[in-house]
Amino acid sequence: MDLIKKAQEGGHRAIARLISLAENEGPEAAAVLKELYSATGQAHIVGITGPPGAGKSTLTDKLVKKLREKGNKVAILAVDPTSPFTGGAILGDRVRMSDLNLDPGVYIRSLATRGRLGGLSKATHYAVKILDACGFDYIFIETVGVGQSEVDIVRTADTTLVISVPGLGDDIQAIKAGILEIGDIFVVNKADRDGANRVVIELQMMLGLNAEKSGWIPPIFMTVADQNQGVAEVIQAITDHFTQLVESGQLVKRRKDRLQREVLELLIIRITNHITNKLDRQGEMDQLIEKMMDKEIDPYSLVEKLLAENLK
Amino acid sequence: MTEKHIRVLVAKPGLDGHDRGAKVIARALRDAGMEVIYTGLRQTPEQIVAAAIQEDVDVVAMSLLSGAHNHLFPKVVELLKEKDATDILVLGGGVIPDADIPFLKEKGVAEIFTPGTPTNDVVEYIKSQVK
Repeated sequence: MDLIKKAQEGGHRAIARLISLAENEGPEAAAVLKELYSATGQAHIVGITGPPGAGKSTLTDKLVKKLREKGNKVAILAVDPTSPFTGGAILGDRVRMSDLNLDPGVYIRSLATRGRLGGLSKATHYAVKILDACGFDYIFIETVGVGQSEVDIVRTADTTLVISVPGLGDDIQAIKAGILEIGDIFVVNKADRDGANRVVIELQMMLGLNAEKSGWIPPIFMTVADQNQGVAEVIQAITDHFTQLVESGQLVKRRKDRLQREVLELLIIRITNHITNKLDRQGEMDQLIEKMMDKEIDPYSLVEKLLAENLK
Repeated sequence: MTEKHIRVLVAKPGLDGHDRGAKVIARALRDAGMEVIYTGLRQTPEQIVAAAIQEDVDVVAMSLLSGAHNHLFPKVVELLKEKDATDILVLGGGVIPDADIPFLKEKGVAEIFTPGTPTNDVVEYIKSQVK
């Protein structure tokens, strides 16, 4: 495919087109993903999550600039939530990364979650594969960490950074149990503000209870991203973490888990769509709902019946 | 196949710092179900075009209140052409005298929406133009 060739040569427009194709899940999407698959596996995928206002985009901007100094090609996927009411979204993370716009070695794409609850859209996974196959050394995925959405990012990234910031009221809120288990590197940004040290101490206490996971003790850094302070140390930690993942065999394990999850997810979606589309086509869905309301059939027996009919 | 979402880049080229209008438009487009990439203040035409290409947007909507529209809007159109991206719809708004509108359209700006335009007009226009 000509578009793939141009994308792998580094053409931003071609890369952008491929991501859109995959995002819209049209007929060509599968062809693109199939063709690119064998070229994936080279990039270091870094997840950046944290509450709104923590300074994720500003920090990402500084981290990427440092990586660029060393000649790395970097892609950034900035994911923001889609409004559940209107289906629209305001994707404003680029605002903090304006300087990187004109750097040909940096590609930035904003994605909306489009109804997916885990914090990352399906398109994010496709985009990561496309960018990986196009030769980017690092792929940063930036998402808002609220509630359960951190789960998706840790499953997609090799290294996950959790960003906190002092003065959010209840400091522990930003350090919920789930995040502690998934963060590989913790950053307290806007550390020039009051309360920064307290956040670090609270993190240390909570992390102390979890100790190390697979040979890596998550470090905690203080940064003032908009002043470029603390950035070099974070980069070093990202590099060190990747080395440790490779040496301990964890990288391979995580990637295998990721592949298994992806296949299962795709299977579930395809099978569900197959069955519900058939029901819709035959106008059966409404009838079945009526039957259940009239207590003629219960949902559990119905599902067994549908499975038996469809999976022979 | 998922539903198509119209993607719009809202940008402020040039040096003026008045972004209320741009934000109003951004919100209106979001409420109409579009994905709005908001790039903020003080963007150069080069930055706007680079972002538009990476984001594969359908529309570039620019707001300008400094008077530099006759230079900056056509510059964006020209750069998009250079990058082979003439399929992107270019729209403008802000403080644009009526007398300048024919010139801008001739230079490739599809439509200009001046202050007081109901946001719904902008939404409907975009929906009618983007396939």
